[in-house]
Amino acid sequence: MTLLWIGDAILLLVVVPVALYLLNGTLQAARSIVPSVRAIAATAAAGSKDLDAAALLLTTQEQVSQTVAGVAGYGGSLDVILDDAE
Amino acid sequence: MPVYAIPAAGVALIIIVLLIVLALVYYLVSTIFALQKITAGLDDVIGSVTEIVEKSAPVNEIVNAINKDLDAGVDMLEALLVKKAGMVDAVGLVDGLYPGAAAAGFRNFPESTTIDAPRISEVYTKGTLTLARLGREAPIAMANPAGPVLRNVEGGSLAARLLYPNLRQSAPPNLPRSPVIGTDAPVQYEQRDDIGQPRKRLPARTR
Repeated sequence: MTLLWIGDAILLLVVVPVALYLLNGTLQAARSIVPSVRAIAATAAAGSKDLDAAALLLTTQEQVSQTVAGVAGYGGSLDVILDDAE
Repeated sequence: MPVYAIPAAGVALIIIVLLIVLALVYYLVSTIFALQKITAGLDDVIGSVTEIVEKSAPVNEIVNAINKDLDAGVDMLEALLVKKAGMVDAVGLVDGLYPGAAAAGFRNFPESTTIDAPRISEVYTKGTLTLARLGREAPIAMANPAGPVLRNVEGGSLAARLLYPNLRQSAPPNLPRSPVIGTDAPVQYEQRDDIGQPRKRLPARTR
């Protein structure tokens, strides 16, 4: 009977506090991740929205190609008009 | 029928175990809910990151194509400049536009880095240089065209006055004053009677 009481005391004074400590730590860690994940999700959404203009690079590419073609034609005309350096 | 008597220590043990189980249930269920929130948040992250990957996928290819076109344009313009102006004057012109650029030279002309860039601005007339220095830096000047203006456009007038002869800007007290006219003028002149009358006929000239 005495050993049973000793076991109860150990269970109540040692096992229960340790179990509560570990479980509480796990819960707090899991809860602390939630706002971080929400912030990451918001940032990723904003980053995705910022990249909406990336599609305009196709237009930029076309404009640059046309501009270079125009410059090439202009340079060809200058090559005909102007004399070469001595 | 036998009746099993439970000792008090056994009852306490059962109660303690029940407390432990209740604590386990509470904390583990709470942890599960928190992990579910994390999972939902990560799903959103994955969706957004997938969009980023899809939107940024063609960027590298397009930028490389743009750079390729621009490289072709730069090569063509460099070659044209060197062909028409000559290597020395071309380096001097580029260095006049962008001070210090002569050290980098032209990409397709490695020998251009060894040329001592001439001061292209020297071939311009004095008037051109004066106008360039009064306003925002012209390409013919040595400073950066994107830099501040050399003249104080709001308060400074010396640079503009230097364009006129020296007498006007250095010794204005010696110049005669402009005449004062009107009824309050310090010098009043009598009105001539012949003003407004028919012109006198001059005698005929005799030969």
